[in-house]
Amino acid sequence: MPRPVRFNINADVKLVKEGPEGYMGEGFFATGFDKVVGLARKNSIWPLPFATSCCGIEFMATMGSHYDLARFGSERVGFSPRQCDLLMVMGTIAKKMGPVVKQVYLQMAEPRWVIAVGACASSGGIFDTYSVLQGIDQVVPVDVYVPGCPPRPEAILDGVMKIQDLVGKEELRRRTSERYKGLLESYGIQ
Amino acid sequence: MSLTNEKIKEKLVGKFGDQVGNFEESFGMLSFSAPKDMNLKVLQFLYDEPDLSFRFLTDLCAVHYPDKHDAELEVVYHLHNLKDNVRLRFRVSTPVSNPDVFTATKLFESANWMERETYDFYGVNFLGHPNLVRILNVDEMDYFPMRKEFPLEDQTRIDKDDDMFGR
Repeated sequence: MPRPVRFNINADVKLVKEGPEGYMGEGFFATGFDKVVGLARKNSIWPLPFATSCCGIEFMATMGSHYDLARFGSERVGFSPRQCDLLMVMGTIAKKMGPVVKQVYLQMAEPRWVIAVGACASSGGIFDTYSVLQGIDQVVPVDVYVPGCPPRPEAILDGVMKIQDLVGKEELRRRTSERYKGLLESYGIQ
Repeated sequence: MSLTNEKIKEKLVGKFGDQVGNFEESFGMLSFSAPKDMNLKVLQFLYDEPDLSFRFLTDLCAVHYPDKHDAELEVVYHLHNLKDNVRLRFRVSTPVSNPDVFTATKLFESANWMERETYDFYGVNFLGHPNLVRILNVDEMDYFPMRKEFPLEDQTRIDKDDDMFGR
């Protein structure tokens, strides 16, 4: 005999927060192509955790069941840059590690996004010294910065949700536009 | 009969006379120094002598004393006698204008990377080292960070307020 449902009975839970605008008819829904692509992409981001130090531990907590990152579509974290969309740089990056981060970024396929988690990845953090790279935006273009030392898992989730916003609203031709090419040129990436 | 600090001191003075000096004892550990030309001879003696047999090089590092002219860089060897569990500190000074010290890699293999680190951070040139290049810092760095005249902070930052950071 099935037990009655006890929790979440009166909550207003929708699977998708809001759908894209479009024209709905009998058996069809017409909307913009970029909206559909954005919706699909943002809810299935595959992150590449580039976890170096303490922020990596916070990421491990975020991937755990309490602050689940998998419910945002990032169930499969891949450690190969060839298969991932989002490069999450978490932790202190030394100057000797800078070219390595750049190499990993170069191996990712378009469209790719970068999130700098924590103070050290964003700006060098408290380590203003001869050996620490003062922010990974000196080597790769960054989309979202998550401040904190370390940021709480809720803050990391907030950063990922902002990435989702960026992914959902990105126009289809952005990666081939002149402005994006100029951005990559400024980093020395062809 | 166990190996005491007095016995080590007697043996060293007996072999090298007044060239070894500055015998100090801090927290039970004997520390002494010798001229830098003798460093291999002293290390070899401490290794070979059956009573002493300091066969384990625990650490090799350097200290920069900017005020001691003509003896600014001091290379410190920490040795350990595994049979009697006795530790020893041996220091060798060198001026910063000519920071050449003979390498201990033929005697202790572990000195290889430790001397590379000492070169990387203090600029001590170890003569006879098989591969003396930077090990922890970026290869293009042209200064020696742990010397006291170089600033700790990264110099490429332009957004830090100089007053607040004492510059």
